[in-house]
Amino acid sequence: MKVSVIITLKKDVLDPQGKVIHQTLDGMGFNDINEVRQGKYFVIDTKENDKKVAEDKVEEMCKKLLANLVIEDFKIIGSQ
Amino acid sequence: MNSSVITFPGSNCDRDMDVALKKFGFKNKMVWHDDTELPKSDLVVLPGGFSYGDYLRCGSMASKSKIMHSVINFAKGGGKVIGICNGFQILVESGLLPGVLLRNKYLEFICKNVHVTINNKENSFFKDFDKDTVEFHIAHNEGNYFCSNEQLKEIQNNNQIALFYSDADGNIDEKNNPNGSIKNIAGIFNKEMNVLGMMPHPERMIDPALSGEDGSIFFKNLINNLK
Repeated sequence: MKVSVIITLKKDVLDPQGKVIHQTLDGMGFNDINEVRQGKYFVIDTKENDKKVAEDKVEEMCKKLLANLVIEDFKIIGSQ
Repeated sequence: MNSSVITFPGSNCDRDMDVALKKFGFKNKMVWHDDTELPKSDLVVLPGGFSYGDYLRCGSMASKSKIMHSVINFAKGGGKVIGICNGFQILVESGLLPGVLLRNKYLEFICKNVHVTINNKENSFFKDFDKDTVEFHIAHNEGNYFCSNEQLKEIQNNNQIALFYSDADGNIDEKNNPNGSIKNIAGIFNKEMNVLGMMPHPERMIDPALSGEDGSIFFKNLINNLK
């Protein structure tokens, strides 16, 4: 089963890279952007076939390694 | 005094630290990250560098390596641990220190000498330090110290801030903040004051022919305090 998870910086954490991407897009003519936030996307292919168990495992991985909960939030966005 | 310097894949200040510790009287051993046991140590140092190529987040992979179980136990038992630069990042990722180190505010790798002012001398790292402001070197891309408001209140209440970025006269202000760190924080202690993480490199300031001597004061003071 493949579990997809995205990790983003929490709302209050400054994202200087997102800011620069925003400025660059603005310079390219995309002038209607309010904000850009950069994040990470993982696809974890696990041997586990039970969706609930697989997602619980990935949640644990996020808490222990993939995300730093001081600054980041994670969200499992799909399993197949 | 016995010290151990941990080498992770991608550490690059480990040998500089070895030279510095030996110069001021430590019997130092280099310890590989994949080892499980620490040699008998009075001090453990996590050196600077780019462990695991800074993959995922700086220090995140190294904080889960085998030797870190022993380092965490050593620290929890009151052992003295110092993390410099990437070592500081590993300490926050391992949970031994609060907060996190973000990308520098202006997205530049910063490599220069800076002044830092010591905030708290009531600990084994800075006790009897005869200067308040010293010149150290910084070289990092992710040195922007950040923590939640609650954590900040807690570290301020417990006097856990070790060093502030400042000018040579000890003025701590935005003008002298190289990387955007909250409150100009350059280094912090854990609550029990036996773990120190700092971005500046004292080991780069121990040879008058190459640099200033403020790092020498740091190491001389350190070994005297640990005796």
